[in-house]
Amino acid sequence: MTSAPGYNFAYLDEQTKRMIRRAILKAVAIPGYQVPFGSREMPLPYGWGTGGIQVTAAVIGPEDRLKVIDQGADDTTNAVSIRRFFARTAGVATTERTAAATVIQTRHRIPETPLSEGQILVYQVPIPEPLRWLEPRETETRKMHALADYGAMHVKLYEDIARFGRIATTYDYPVLVNGRYLMRPSPIPKFDNPKMNMNPALQLFGAGREKRIYAVPPYTPVKSLDFEDHPFEIQSWDQACALCGGTDSFLDEVVTDDRGGRIYVCSDTHHCATRRDAVQEAAE
Amino acid sequence: MYVAVKGGEKAIDNAHRLMAEERRGDPAVPELGLDQIAEQLGLAVDRVMTEGSVHDRELAALAVKQAQGDLVEAVFLLRAYRTTLPRFGGSEPIDTAAMAIRRRISSAFKDLPGGQVLGPTYDYTHRLLDFTLAAEGTPEPAALAEQPVEAQMPRVADVLGHEGLIERSVEADGPANATAEEPPGDLTRQPLSFPAGRDLRLQNLARGDEGFLLALAYSSQRGYGNTHPFAGEIRMGDVTVEFAPEELGFAVEIGTITVTECQMINQFKGSKDVPPQFTRGYGLTFGQSERKAMAMALVDRSLRAGELGEDAVNPVQDEEFVLAHSDNVEASGFVQHLKLPHYVDFQSELELIRRLRAATPTADRETAE
Amino acid sequence: MTMKMAMDTGADALLPGLGDPVIDSQRVFRAVLDAMARPGTLHELPQAVAGSVGAPAPFEAATAAVVLALADQETPVWLDPSADCAAVRQHLRFHCGCPLTGNAAAAVFAVVADPGAMPPLSAFDQGSDEFPDRSTTVIVQVPALTGGAPLELAGPGIRDRVRFAPGGLPAGFRRWVADNHAGFPRGVDLILTSGARLAALPRSTRLEG
Repeated sequence: MTSAPGYNFAYLDEQTKRMIRRAILKAVAIPGYQVPFGSREMPLPYGWGTGGIQVTAAVIGPEDRLKVIDQGADDTTNAVSIRRFFARTAGVATTERTAAATVIQTRHRIPETPLSEGQILVYQVPIPEPLRWLEPRETETRKMHALADYGAMHVKLYEDIARFGRIATTYDYPVLVNGRYLMRPSPIPKFDNPKMNMNPALQLFGAGREKRIYAVPPYTPVKSLDFEDHPFEIQSWDQACALCGGTDSFLDEVVTDDRGGRIYVCSDTHHCATRRDAVQEAAE
Repeated sequence: MYVAVKGGEKAIDNAHRLMAEERRGDPAVPELGLDQIAEQLGLAVDRVMTEGSVHDRELAALAVKQAQGDLVEAVFLLRAYRTTLPRFGGSEPIDTAAMAIRRRISSAFKDLPGGQVLGPTYDYTHRLLDFTLAAEGTPEPAALAEQPVEAQMPRVADVLGHEGLIERSVEADGPANATAEEPPGDLTRQPLSFPAGRDLRLQNLARGDEGFLLALAYSSQRGYGNTHPFAGEIRMGDVTVEFAPEELGFAVEIGTITVTECQMINQFKGSKDVPPQFTRGYGLTFGQSERKAMAMALVDRSLRAGELGEDAVNPVQDEEFVLAHSDNVEASGFVQHLKLPHYVDFQSELELIRRLRAATPTADRETAE
Repeated sequence: MTMKMAMDTGADALLPGLGDPVIDSQRVFRAVLDAMARPGTLHELPQAVAGSVGAPAPFEAATAAVVLALADQETPVWLDPSADCAAVRQHLRFHCGCPLTGNAAAAVFAVVADPGAMPPLSAFDQGSDEFPDRSTTVIVQVPALTGGAPLELAGPGIRDRVRFAPGGLPAGFRRWVADNHAGFPRGVDLILTSGARLAALPRSTRLEG
């Protein structure tokens, strides 16, 4: 195990790690509640994953194997930058294989490959407060959570239905955790919301700039808000992935020319590559 | 066949190399030394130390150099470095009454003990570009004062305090119902919660972005929450910093720093509990950062609206609004994070917009026309 | 500061803390995190930690390791009368630098070494409805984590049900745990230790049957 000279293992000093670890334990004990923590300035900008990085730095050890994705991909610039940060400061092993990772840090996606017990999924969260667009004041939203007063969110969603005939929220779709706390799942597409429910992995959420940590323990009910006459539904595509032919994963649209040409490809790069390999193997 | 974009790692490395080249500029031009930055761009260094929350001229100069003169970026570099520093404890409060004065002015009194000391200031320069600077001219030496600055230089607010015309300062007397032993909070250790005490508010403002505070302070002067301010006193000079290590049991001097302090004096007509008197707004910065110290003092006083029973309806009086948005490291990061990929969210929105348009063909035609 | 403490305590044999403070703290934390995320399941300290951590009587290895991994200057610690002895105080002051408090309701961590005589869970800081996280984490060292009166657990972290039977707890314990859950989101979180093993009972866990 090697770490960058002059810096502690995983960059943070031990006192900071203990503070974050205490916050994580409380977050796990109060599923969906946002625990305030003394977030530090990191060498990456606020808004670029500092919350996720601090959570990962407090959790990770030499026995871990880390996967980092952004938009589902292992090779987007920010994912590369964060993976490198940990390879440099903690000397941990990294992987692109979802099943081989013990800790997965993510921005905006949950991997398509189902997670298993013992894995930890760390989300980077820009705005942790699900009620923030409805009520900008922290003092007010804190009271609303204390009273479990989530009527405003239901009204907002119902207004969508009245106006558009459907709920017009497509990502960062609000969920209720274990029937008590309203939670923002971070800007994952609502396509991923059902994966949060009763997931065998531990899900940790870090918001660095907003200085909050929250969690969903394994096997915890996570319900996307909806109405009896307008049940929650996820996105679907008429197309298949142009690379692997899959029809059951989240697809990104890629513009191929300026005459309206479009193809669709899997957003989860590892999932796509795995399926292409399988198809190729079967053909051989 | 379509091939997904790859090679992020290589692109990042090359971008960093390109940036380093740009930073250096034309290699035929001599490279800037940190001493040159610290000496000749001293006010930039002061700002970076103040908002970066680290008093170290050399590190701040390095940050300015590394950031190519982008001061907000330099503040960020210094803050990130600060995270890694061990903490030995808190210093004793500095005593600005005992400051070795280099500049001291009051706009409230024509003369007062110690007098007005203009010191180094741009205030009365005519803002004409000085072409002799471009030609590397040597400045005319400043004449030495005929007599040294007086050692006794009482703070203007203290002078008013003797007459009971200004509220007593919390710093001097301690808050009425808190034990004097209670150490001030530190928002870099515990996240801010609202309402914040004045200790945390002042810490937040001292670290806050100068431009943001300046605009807020200005808004208070234009009717968005008038505080009827007078620049009671602005003083700049050197103060000693003392630290009491636990094993020693008494304080020892560990160094001298330059600070700028601004005490605003604000009219207050009184309430049912408090007689009419002047109230205070306070600003303090590292180095010479007068504009920042004054803006900070105005904003500090504005944020006391609730405490003093004034209507708090303007942005500058809104504690949560001001304190949550003052930090330029946070603000810069979050504004610029929009550069990161948002393919997935955008895809989700794209799908929704198409669906909504398909469901409302008339709207479709209207926008198409 | 460290030197001063070492001199103060130099006369008595000071037991070692965590063998590798950085890596061992991480390992202990992961064991606690795993326990908290899967209530009622048993977790073993890594061999390297259990074998090296100093445990002043009456502390056992897991108790000492958990406190050392999580407590510091920022967390007041309460000790029950059986643990409140010179050896433990000295150990915690030296290795964690944590303030010790006699007020259970002001403690971030509480350590109970004599579970039979422990105060009810309501004696500790419950947090508030606005800040339920600001509550005590109670570490209870029990004679055994199995073989006691069985509790049927359900809730977050538990797929169906889990049977958990720690021994040595007072008769009212079951009631306290039920009441603690009933006050959710307020409440304390429990870490039970025995030898080199530990388990957790967060406030989110409910008792069945």
